[in-house]
Amino acid sequence: MPSLGGQLQSEPPLAAPALAITGLSKTFDRPVVPDFALTVAAGEFYALLGPNGAGKTTILRMVAGLMQPDAGEIFIFGIDARRDPVAAKRITAWVSDEPMVYDRLTPLEYLEFVAGLWQIESALAERRANELIDWLGLRPHANDLCGSFSKGMLQKVALAGALVHDPRLIILDEPLTGLDAGSARQVKDVLLDKVRQGVTVIMTTHILEVAERMAQRIGVIREGRLIAEGTLAELRARSGATSSLEDIFLDLVGKDTQAA
Amino acid sequence: MTTAPDTLAWFARHELRLAWREWMAMMTGGRPARRVGVIIFLAVLVIGMHLLSFALLSPWVASGAAIDKAMLVMLTGTGLLFWTVMLSQVLESVTRVYYSRSDLDLILSSPASSRRLFAVRTAAVALSSTALSALLASPLINVLVLLDGPHWLAAYGVAAALGALATAIALGMTIALFRLVGPKQTRFISQIVAAIVGAGFVIGVQAVAILHFGSISRFSLFQSNEVIEAAPDVDSLLWWPARAAMGEPLPALVVIALGLAALVLTVVATSSSYGFHAISTAGLNHIRSRRKSTRRPFRLGSQRQALRRKEWLLLQRDPWLLSQTLMQILYLAPPALLLWLNYGSHAGAYVVVVPVLVMAAGQLAGGLAWLAISGEDAHDLVMTAPVTPRAVLQAKIEAVLVVIAIVLAPLLMLMALSSPTLALITAGCAALSAGSATAIQLWFRVTAKRSMFRRRQTASRAATLSEAFASIMWAGTGALLVAGQWFAIAPALAAALVLALARLLSPRRP
Repeated sequence: MPSLGGQLQSEPPLAAPALAITGLSKTFDRPVVPDFALTVAAGEFYALLGPNGAGKTTILRMVAGLMQPDAGEIFIFGIDARRDPVAAKRITAWVSDEPMVYDRLTPLEYLEFVAGLWQIESALAERRANELIDWLGLRPHANDLCGSFSKGMLQKVALAGALVHDPRLIILDEPLTGLDAGSARQVKDVLLDKVRQGVTVIMTTHILEVAERMAQRIGVIREGRLIAEGTLAELRARSGATSSLEDIFLDLVGKDTQAA
Repeated sequence: MTTAPDTLAWFARHELRLAWREWMAMMTGGRPARRVGVIIFLAVLVIGMHLLSFALLSPWVASGAAIDKAMLVMLTGTGLLFWTVMLSQVLESVTRVYYSRSDLDLILSSPASSRRLFAVRTAAVALSSTALSALLASPLINVLVLLDGPHWLAAYGVAAALGALATAIALGMTIALFRLVGPKQTRFISQIVAAIVGAGFVIGVQAVAILHFGSISRFSLFQSNEVIEAAPDVDSLLWWPARAAMGEPLPALVVIALGLAALVLTVVATSSSYGFHAISTAGLNHIRSRRKSTRRPFRLGSQRQALRRKEWLLLQRDPWLLSQTLMQILYLAPPALLLWLNYGSHAGAYVVVVPVLVMAAGQLAGGLAWLAISGEDAHDLVMTAPVTPRAVLQAKIEAVLVVIAIVLAPLLMLMALSSPTLALITAGCAALSAGSATAIQLWFRVTAKRSMFRRRQTASRAATLSEAFASIMWAGTGALLVAGQWFAIAPALAAALVLALARLLSPRRP
């Protein structure tokens, strides 16, 4: 993985946690997130698990600024994301299971556009874009329109877009859905490499094995509340289970539910 | 009542149900409570159109409703104008039968007959174009039935025959294009053909009217003594469609039979290849479209510049944009011709072009704004970027208005050479018209991926109608202003009222 370091426009305090959420709530036709709190340390790989409809995506979309919370506070590296969303977005990247890519732009054009949105200096943006294109194996398709790409390739382009502005916090909502083994491996490698470089990664996944192998800490959500949190060993100790994360998860959320 | 699966009736029922629900959703904006409002609006519109037709036709019927050569020329010429527009619309619809995916993959992968599906979808194209033209002509026909007798009901049959004939020709052209240029180019070329067919005859007639009579009205050609004298005698076969519309039994029978037979024969001849061609278009999404590999270095600029550049690139590469805007741009040709001919002469000679330009600006802006504002493939990306939603919308609006400015600038400059005041008024009204259309699209925006946009008409009907009314009102304002009429304030106020109404009808946003 090449170094993708760059200058941030306004460096937030390093001592602050990557993400600090308190009293977060959101109600649609029923309360989906009643009173949620979470703290993720800088440089951590955090996996958020929960059954279908537990509120994981709602929480992450509120953190990313894609949804307005009814109440609560969200701090990203000490920046109040509700008061100053633009400053918070400047150091955050969002990747969803549905790649946010334009069918009629090439990967290079897409990265140029993303770099423009994040106001990266032209030469630096171009260098980073080309490094990411090479690194993710997209070079042979760098000048093809994205509309013809497979899901795996689109997700790689989206990931390149998330990395081109060198974020300090990457939020991923089911990024491995629908990817083949090779593409999934590449995405996982990218994320682990970024964590090694000090970037914070928060990810939801329904592949419990991925969370088990990659995450430093795991949070389990049910009905919009964090019902368990810790390292795999801590979760094992708490639930008394001795085997896999799947057993612990099912023990926590109930066997009639499924991870998603 | 249920129908046996995989029959024509079964497919027709399926298509009808989908079409009905789509139409209702469009008319009511997804709110069933709006149905009453829609019904009242349509009732008022229908009554108003019938009253207008009555006022227009009653003197002619009272004078004896003479069917002479002049009337036949007028009826046939006008019919031909409408038919070419109909053919253009049908050509686009037929292309979509082959290219739109939606449920096609499901049906083509099932053991159901693709021939039957094709027959039903083609018939639906013919029926919808017939219904539209019959609906537009219905106030005139109904009033003629009332005043002159039921023989005028045959005009509905002629509309059906013309719709069927247009569909048959469009099918033949589409298949010919598939064979000649292949699936990759067929959509592109058929859009150009559709635009040229739709606008070509109208523009041609207008050009002759301008060159010969100095008038922009296309009807002046059909009313000219030279054309009427040169036309064949009243018993010529050329007038049979007009005679059929008037209810003469033999021409009516022949015209209707010919139109329907042409459609049935073409469907029978082309349906066997439908599955093959539809599948060949599905593969297009997987063909890599390569851009120039030696590209320029990154030039980022401001966030708004990046957003504008992205919009222009996407508009430039939109596969359906051509059909949505080419016709509107082609319609600018006659006013351009009039401007050219009158260059240097008295400004009053081409005052008539002002409303055309204002109207075109509004329509073009509406089409582009619909694509740029509502079409966003990477909504989450833009929303998670460190840029305010306001700045995103501003950039999209700027991208649209710059395109309009580029299209209109040459004509305005030509106009300014003769009369700067005229050019200034036109520019102002065109800006208001384009701005109104953009604002309406902004209020009614429904963010979705561009690939989900089947056609321009999937925009809210309320938005489309408001946009058209606002453009017409600004065009009226422009026309009255250049004529020096203080009464110009009336259409301007009406345009403002239309905008206020559109704002009121638009979905509420948090």
